[in-house]
Amino acid sequence: MERFIQVIVDGIATGSIYAALALALVLIFRSTGVVNFAQGEMAMFSTFIAWGLYAGGVPLGLAVLTTLVLSFVAGLVIERGLIRHFEGGEELTLVIVTLGLFILLNSLAGWIWGFGNRSFPSLFGDSTFTLGGVQLSVESIGIVAVLIGVVGVLFLLFQRTKIGLAMRAAALNPESSGLVGVRVGRMLMLGWGLAAALGAIAGVLVAPRLFLDVNLMGSVLIYAFAAAALGGFDSAIGAVIGGWVIGISENIAGTYVDFIGADLKILVPLAIIFVVLLLRPSGLFGTREVARV
Amino acid sequence: MSDRTLRMVGLGALVAFALLVPFLFGPYRVGQFTLVLAYAVAALGLNLLVGYNGQISLGHGAFFAIGAYTAALLIEKAGVHYLLTLPAAGALTFVLGYLFGVPALRLRGLYLALVTLGLAIATPQLIKRFDTITEGTQGMTVEQPESPSWLPFADDQFLYLLALLVAVIMFALAWSLMRSQVGRAVKAVRDGEIPASTLGINLASTKTRVFALSAGYAGVAGAMYVLAIGFVAPEAFTVTISLAFLAAIVVGGLATIVGAVFGALFIEFVPVYASDVNDALTGVIYGGVLILFMYLLPDGAAGLLRRLRDLVVRRRAVEKGRRPAVASPGPRVPAGRT
Repeated sequence: MERFIQVIVDGIATGSIYAALALALVLIFRSTGVVNFAQGEMAMFSTFIAWGLYAGGVPLGLAVLTTLVLSFVAGLVIERGLIRHFEGGEELTLVIVTLGLFILLNSLAGWIWGFGNRSFPSLFGDSTFTLGGVQLSVESIGIVAVLIGVVGVLFLLFQRTKIGLAMRAAALNPESSGLVGVRVGRMLMLGWGLAAALGAIAGVLVAPRLFLDVNLMGSVLIYAFAAAALGGFDSAIGAVIGGWVIGISENIAGTYVDFIGADLKILVPLAIIFVVLLLRPSGLFGTREVARV
Repeated sequence: MSDRTLRMVGLGALVAFALLVPFLFGPYRVGQFTLVLAYAVAALGLNLLVGYNGQISLGHGAFFAIGAYTAALLIEKAGVHYLLTLPAAGALTFVLGYLFGVPALRLRGLYLALVTLGLAIATPQLIKRFDTITEGTQGMTVEQPESPSWLPFADDQFLYLLALLVAVIMFALAWSLMRSQVGRAVKAVRDGEIPASTLGINLASTKTRVFALSAGYAGVAGAMYVLAIGFVAPEAFTVTISLAFLAAIVVGGLATIVGAVFGALFIEFVPVYASDVNDALTGVIYGGVLILFMYLLPDGAAGLLRRLRDLVVRRRAVEKGRRPAVASPGPRVPAGRT
């Protein structure tokens, strides 16, 4: 039983990381209707920057904060400099462009930092404590706390501030928002900036659990996609719950189903995406799409 | 010179070059061109799906891998004649593509991209997992075809010409299919699902069949690849190869038949030269090219050639003081797509 609870808690912790990346996907999807295939690689790139700062002698906390700011700015620049030219175009074009960004960032990171892997320190240290016979790591609790904090901040931003209102308006109806004075372009940039910073958080959280290399986020991105698909691509709360469900089921399958083991865990999110999209294409919390001719 | 003659001259030049390759270059280079032919077939298959049908697959490397392993296992473990492995690989991947496509293609294009990307990422792990059959990480050496004694060719020349024959068949099939009623239905689905369905086109079945066909092309290409290389290992089938196929069709030109050749040349020769500079350069070029082509040249190399041809045709027409013949009746995508 203790082992089972352990597996669940671990699942919630990894699930929180998937949820963070899934939130970044949702943020961009909601504001621009783009599914950003480069989200994971942007996060990987950010994590390398944090690692570079840390290795250069900057204290870890400060290195991560600096990285968040840099990632935010990079997100703004990517939206304005690249994505803006294709917005409102075809889905296929945007998928190809974000995939191009995916390959580009992956290779650039390899060029700059090499293809080897390195260890990345945890923000929360590696101590553990026992609660009711279950051994819990401070890191797991920290990850969940960070996610909850992030969700809280996003909630306040979108529901309680004027900028958040403007961002929601720009996403809902760009034309009308433009007419009432919302700077739609700026709001889209802001969405990408926030998503990039969120991705950086996910990267910094996941890197200590895996090794930091250029393919750090490859499978994490699939898990995040599964989380977003499960929760509904336009629902923030769906992304969080989706992330947790994916994290827990991945861990249970990896521990208890021999055939799957550690190697084939990746099949779990794939199967989940399949089932969800067949039974309920708009996810658990998403809005149904209605096509107009 | 009319539009049609110009096109025929271009095609003739391409075919003549393709026939001369094994006699112009040394064995190493000929081997590279054999691979180009395999990639061209895979890219063509992907283009049927992406360019003509508007579906996005990022997982064609998986079908390519299945084709490759099918051929390798049939030759090495079952002693099947190499010629039979090509249709076998094609048929198996066609069926698998169909089974995969039945649920996947009821989803919108975006989700298909997600699922297939997952498939591409899982492929090397799946190959390693079934190491009792696939020999896992160490890979398998596969006996390559030898030139029959009654033919005056060296082995590498024979292999190339064999691949050329297969490629020509696959290209002719795709070309005639896309000009037929089926092809029009496939394009109609891409240009608007709801209008297409009101015309009586069964969306799900059309999409599933194109997906299966496209997977079948990738399977045949995988078998060609094994015959050309004589070796299979999981490392060859990472997500990179799926993305390379996508880069190939974007560079060659979406929804063009001949574009697959240009794209295949691109993905075979760019890594060869780029890796001399830096291991990461190939990826930087692929990524940069995907973005730049979508920005500047969304109809790829084939589209560029078509525009040049239009230019020549129009200028000559103006010189003769008459209006140009119907300019470019071919498929013009994606510039004209909505």
